[in-house]
Amino acid sequence: MRSYLDFEKPVADLDTRVEELRALAADGDPTSSEELTRAEIRAERALAELYAALTPWQKTLVARHPQRPHFSDFIAGLVTDFTPLSGDRLFGEDAAIVGGFARFRGSPVCIIGQEKGADTEARLKHNFGMARPEGYRKAVRLMELADHFSLPVISLVDTAGAFPGVDAEERGQAEAIARSTEKSLSLGVANVAVIIGEGGSGGAIAIATCNRVLMLEHAIYTVASPEASASILWRDSSKAQEAATNMKITAQDLLRFGLIDAIVQEPIGGAHRDPKAAIMMTGEAIASALEQLGNMSPEAIRESRADKFMAMGRKI
Amino acid sequence: MNWISNVVPPKIRSFLRRETPENLWVKCPDSGELIFHKDLESNLYVVPGSGYHMRMPTKARLEMIFDDATYEDLPTPEVPLDPLKFRDVKRYTERLKENRLKTGTSDAVRVCAGKLEERDVVVAIQDFEFLGGSLGMAAGEAIIAGITKAIERHTPFIIFTASGGARMQEGVFSLMQMPRTTVAVQRLKAARLPYIVVLTNPTTGGVTASYAMLGDIHIAEPGAVIGFAGARVIEQTIRERLPEGFQRAEYLQAHGMVDMVVRRHDMRATLARLCSLLMQRQELGAA
Repeated sequence: MRSYLDFEKPVADLDTRVEELRALAADGDPTSSEELTRAEIRAERALAELYAALTPWQKTLVARHPQRPHFSDFIAGLVTDFTPLSGDRLFGEDAAIVGGFARFRGSPVCIIGQEKGADTEARLKHNFGMARPEGYRKAVRLMELADHFSLPVISLVDTAGAFPGVDAEERGQAEAIARSTEKSLSLGVANVAVIIGEGGSGGAIAIATCNRVLMLEHAIYTVASPEASASILWRDSSKAQEAATNMKITAQDLLRFGLIDAIVQEPIGGAHRDPKAAIMMTGEAIASALEQLGNMSPEAIRESRADKFMAMGRKI
Repeated sequence: MNWISNVVPPKIRSFLRRETPENLWVKCPDSGELIFHKDLESNLYVVPGSGYHMRMPTKARLEMIFDDATYEDLPTPEVPLDPLKFRDVKRYTERLKENRLKTGTSDAVRVCAGKLEERDVVVAIQDFEFLGGSLGMAAGEAIIAGITKAIERHTPFIIFTASGGARMQEGVFSLMQMPRTTVAVQRLKAARLPYIVVLTNPTTGGVTASYAMLGDIHIAEPGAVIGFAGARVIEQTIRERLPEGFQRAEYLQAHGMVDMVVRRHDMRATLARLCSLLMQRQELGAA
């Protein structure tokens, strides 16, 4: 059963009409088949037009769509031999960040990312993709292993942010994030980040400081969520839509500003309409990014990554 | 305006306007005791009775740190002012203008060089008075410039942090100051120069989650709030009362995140001692 977002109502109505006509046609109604074709075209066109002009707030809703492919879907579609590893060797295991080794197009890689979970049970297990210090320290551990064994690192970023909790603070959430960003910057192996859904603030940057940063077409990348920004800057959380617009959180804006490197096109109607296609296109983009970085020395990889971040904002 | 405006220097004037209008007495937020402003000033803005560390004006801090209160302001790079053309209830450019007027500085981080017990140091100070000390492009560039200068002159780099976190009006440009300052810190470390972070009240958000937690040494002022997420956000998430002393300097020390909690009166001596201990071998080697 497809679930529609509020702003997709016109498309939902057209889809319903298509379904009705399809049922009639199946019953052998001869006039309905012609009408069906017309309705299908109309529905497709409406969807394409709607998604070609999503507002930043609508993109926020799409980025958070419950049926949007999550980390585990990407793992299933992108790599083979996935071998997840657990624990930070310091305190515990945090399932909000999943990671391990795998084969991407036949070659071994390290792959890390936040998992939001697809149903209630999984969401609780993965804490809705909001990591605690253990999660970031596990990421650091995996990045170190990748560096040690000369494997590129792929980060799939999808988090509302790092978990705001007493235990997380107690164990040094800020320090864990800072160290993870630092580790990302110190790797002598290539790293590529893809913001697949939400890139929420420090919780995202911890694993998104990479040689190449890609964003899915309707993903968002924020310094603070539209809701948090609205309540802090407007002192009114109902201004989230306005915050989403003014804070320039879309892939298109961020590419224009030189803050990300490329956009991965999504299927018409968003990644949740056709997760397979979205994952396939993401794979293509990762492969081409890794290829560009393939022949660089560890020193060159480190330097070009640092230079890239240092250049940000100096010329807009 | 009244007679106070004529006799009290501008810094104190704005201070008084905020805290206790029409009054030369300042109330301690902790104990409630009243202190004469001159007594507070001469006691490094520490309330004599309660020991509460009030916010210290940047100038006073610089004078406290450097030998003979003598230092040189280092230039900080110009940055694009309002890349997002941002407005919330007010235009961001308007807010910048107001804060520049209020503080007399161009943004939240000031970088200075001078001597600390005869040893050259570069010191950066983040001013909470300027838009909550928020980390935007200007602050990020200032920190990078300060670190670059420390590397050039082969000196330790000391930063006093105070910030609510990222400068939200600059969006992802602000977020990118986290990795950018981290690159600068890595370069300082590669040059084997001491990086000392002094966490003052409050240091939170993206600032804590980047350069403020990457020091070789972390010092905190007593009672300073230090954390990633804001206390209000955490309370709303877990729907529980927060533990006593949560996110305070002493709590962070107990949890292994800061090396020491140092009273302001001992700060200068502590910093000087650390710089001496960490630099002496290198200086002898170079000589």
